[in-house]
Amino acid sequence: MFEGFLYALRRHGVPVATQEWLVLQRALSLGLHESSLDGLHGVARALLVKDLGRYDAFDAAFLECFKGALAEAKTIREELRRWLDDPRRLATLSDEARALLESLTRDQLEQLLADRLREQQERHDGGSKWVGTGGTSPFGNSGSHPSGLRIGPGGGRQAMHVAEERRFREVRRDAVLDVRVIDVALRLLRELGRDGAEEELDLDESIARTAKNAGELEVVLRPPRRNRVKVVLLMDVGGSMDPHSHLASRLFTAASRAGRFARFRAYYFHNCVYEAVYADAHFHEPLSVADLLAGTDRDEKLVIVGDAAMHPSELLEPGGSLYFHTRNRTPGLAWMRLIRAHFRRAAWLNPEPERLWTGQTARVLSTLFPMHPLTLAGLEGAVRGLVRGVR
Amino acid sequence: MSALPDFDRFRGTATYIVDDGLAQAVNVALALARPLLIRGEPGTGKTVLAQEVAGALGLELVRWHVKSTTRAQDGLYVHDTVARLHDSRFGAGDVRDIARYIRLGPMGRALASSTRVVLLIDEVDKADLEFPNDLLHELDAMRFQITETGEEVVACERPFVVITSNNEKELPDAFLRRCVFHYIEFPTPELMRKIVRVHHADLEERLLDQCLEAFYALRGLTRLRKRPSTSELIDWIAALKHAGVDLARIGGGLPFLGALIKNETDLDTVRRARA
Repeated sequence: MFEGFLYALRRHGVPVATQEWLVLQRALSLGLHESSLDGLHGVARALLVKDLGRYDAFDAAFLECFKGALAEAKTIREELRRWLDDPRRLATLSDEARALLESLTRDQLEQLLADRLREQQERHDGGSKWVGTGGTSPFGNSGSHPSGLRIGPGGGRQAMHVAEERRFREVRRDAVLDVRVIDVALRLLRELGRDGAEEELDLDESIARTAKNAGELEVVLRPPRRNRVKVVLLMDVGGSMDPHSHLASRLFTAASRAGRFARFRAYYFHNCVYEAVYADAHFHEPLSVADLLAGTDRDEKLVIVGDAAMHPSELLEPGGSLYFHTRNRTPGLAWMRLIRAHFRRAAWLNPEPERLWTGQTARVLSTLFPMHPLTLAGLEGAVRGLVRGVR
Repeated sequence: MSALPDFDRFRGTATYIVDDGLAQAVNVALALARPLLIRGEPGTGKTVLAQEVAGALGLELVRWHVKSTTRAQDGLYVHDTVARLHDSRFGAGDVRDIARYIRLGPMGRALASSTRVVLLIDEVDKADLEFPNDLLHELDAMRFQITETGEEVVACERPFVVITSNNEKELPDAFLRRCVFHYIEFPTPELMRKIVRVHHADLEERLLDQCLEAFYALRGLTRLRKRPSTSELIDWIAALKHAGVDLARIGGGLPFLGALIKNETDLDTVRRARA
C-alpha cells in the first residue's frame, strides 16, 4: 500500500524524488507521524511536496490510497451520531432533506453512509447520490442544498477531511494570477547587462590599476548589472475583454513596476489593431502604428493581451474597424502582420481558456503570434518564448 | 538515530499559536536536521516563527534578511577589500594579515557558533534566482572555507535553519528537495480567535466577534489587490481599543480602515462593496 502511494503521487503529477521518499521513510521510522493518519498526511506533505500548487494533487493521491482506511473508520460514525444529535443542525435543513432524514432510521443512515463511502472511487462534487461537496445527497460538505449537512469535524483538522476538502484546489498551478505571481513569472524575462551610470566598485579592475600605479590607489567604477529587456504591451480593452480587465490590470501593475524593464510602454486597442494604438484606455491619444514601430527597436519584446475574439470581418476585411472612423482600407490582419514582422520576439496572452480559442479570428491570430493562456503556466511559456525565441 | 525521548517538540508558545500542520513541520525539520522552508501570505507570521522556535528551544537566533542585491557569499563572509586597500594606502594596521579583513556574514556566524543556533534566512525569494543554489553545499555540509586564509569553518552543531519565502515557485528543485516545506494557511476564524486572544486578552467577546466578522468579510472581497493579514488585524484591534471606538459603529462604517487596507484602489473597492 505504501509503495502504491508513491506511484499514486507520481500519477497525480507530484514529482517525488527518490531522495525525498527515503527521507520520508526515515521520518516514519523515527515515529514522527505519531502512528496516525493525520500525522502521516502532515509529515508526508511537508517532505514530499514543495509547491503549494501541488497540495491539491497530493490530497487527491492521499485520498486515493488511504480512503479505504477512512471508510472503515469508526470516527465517522461517531461524528454522524453527534451530528444527528445536534438539533440546531437539523433546523438548518430544508424540508426535503428533513423528510429524507426522517424516512431513514439512524442505523440505515449510518449503513448508507458507510456503503457510499466504500462504493465511491473518486472525489465527487455535485450530484445527488455520492458523498462529496456541493451536492444534494444527504451526505457531504458545503452542498448548495442542505448546507448544514456537514459531516466533517467542526474546528478539527483531521487529515482525511483536509484532504477531502481539497482546500488547495484554487491554488493549482493553472489557477488565475495575482500581481505577486505575475511579478515572479516576469522576473525570468531578463537579459542582464551593464549600462548607464557608473556607480559600482569594480574591484578587480581597481586592484589591477592600483598595482600598475605602483600602489597609488585608483578606484574604478562600473555600471551595475541591469535588465536590458524592453517591453511593448498592447492590451485589448472593452467589449468581450471587460470580464478580464482585472487580470489585465494586474499584469500591467506587475510589468510596469519601476526598474523591472529597461523600457516599458503600454498601449490599448479594441479587438484588433488598425492604423493606431492608444496611450489611454479611452482611445483619446492615438499613436500611429508607423510611429510606434519607428520608435521601437526590433529586439524589444512585444506582448499582446487579448481574447482574439471578434467578428471575422473586423480582422479580415478592409474597413473592419467598428469604432474608429478612420480610413482603414487595410484589413486588421495586415496591420497585425506588419506589427508581428517588426518584432523578433512576440507573445500573445489570451485570458480565455485554451479550449475556447476556436473562433476563426483566434485561429488566424494564433498562427501569427505564439498564443498562450493568461495563466501561470501560460505566462511562463510566453516568457520562455520571449527570451529564447521558441515559437 | 532513533526516536529521541527528549526530542525537542515545538507546540507553539504562549505568544505564538500554531496549527498542528505547522508544529509537525517544525518537528520533522528538527528531527531530520533539515532546513525548514516556510511559505505563506505576508503577515501570517513566517518570520516570527523562527524567533519563537528559538525562544522555545532556548537557542540564539541569527537573522539573515535577504535583499535583492544579496549574494550567497555575503552570508558566509566578506573580504573587506576596500578597507584593506585603504589601509595599504594610508598605512593603518597590518595589511598582510588577511584575517583582519574577513567579516563573517550571518550564515558564517551561525556555523562558527560554538552552540546550536537557529538561523533565519528571511525572504529568500527576494534575491537573485541563483541565490539558493549557491547555498546548497553549505546547507548540506554545514561547513565552508574562507579562500583567502584557507581556514575552514565547520559547524559544531547543525544550526536549525528556517527559510521564509513569499513564493517558492522560483526556488530551484535541488534546493527544494533538501527542505521540509510548509505553507502557512490563512488562519480559520477559530484559530484567529485564539491568536487575537494572545495579543488582546482583555478584549470583549462581543467586540472580537464583530471584528472577526468584519475582517473575514473584507478578506472575502475577491477584487482586493492585497488582502489584510493577521498582523494587520491585530494592529487594527489595537487601534480600536486605543481609541475606545463605539462598538455599534463597527456594524456600519469601519473606523481605522487604513490599518487593514493599505492601497488606494483597494480602499475604493471596499467603499464600493460596503456602500
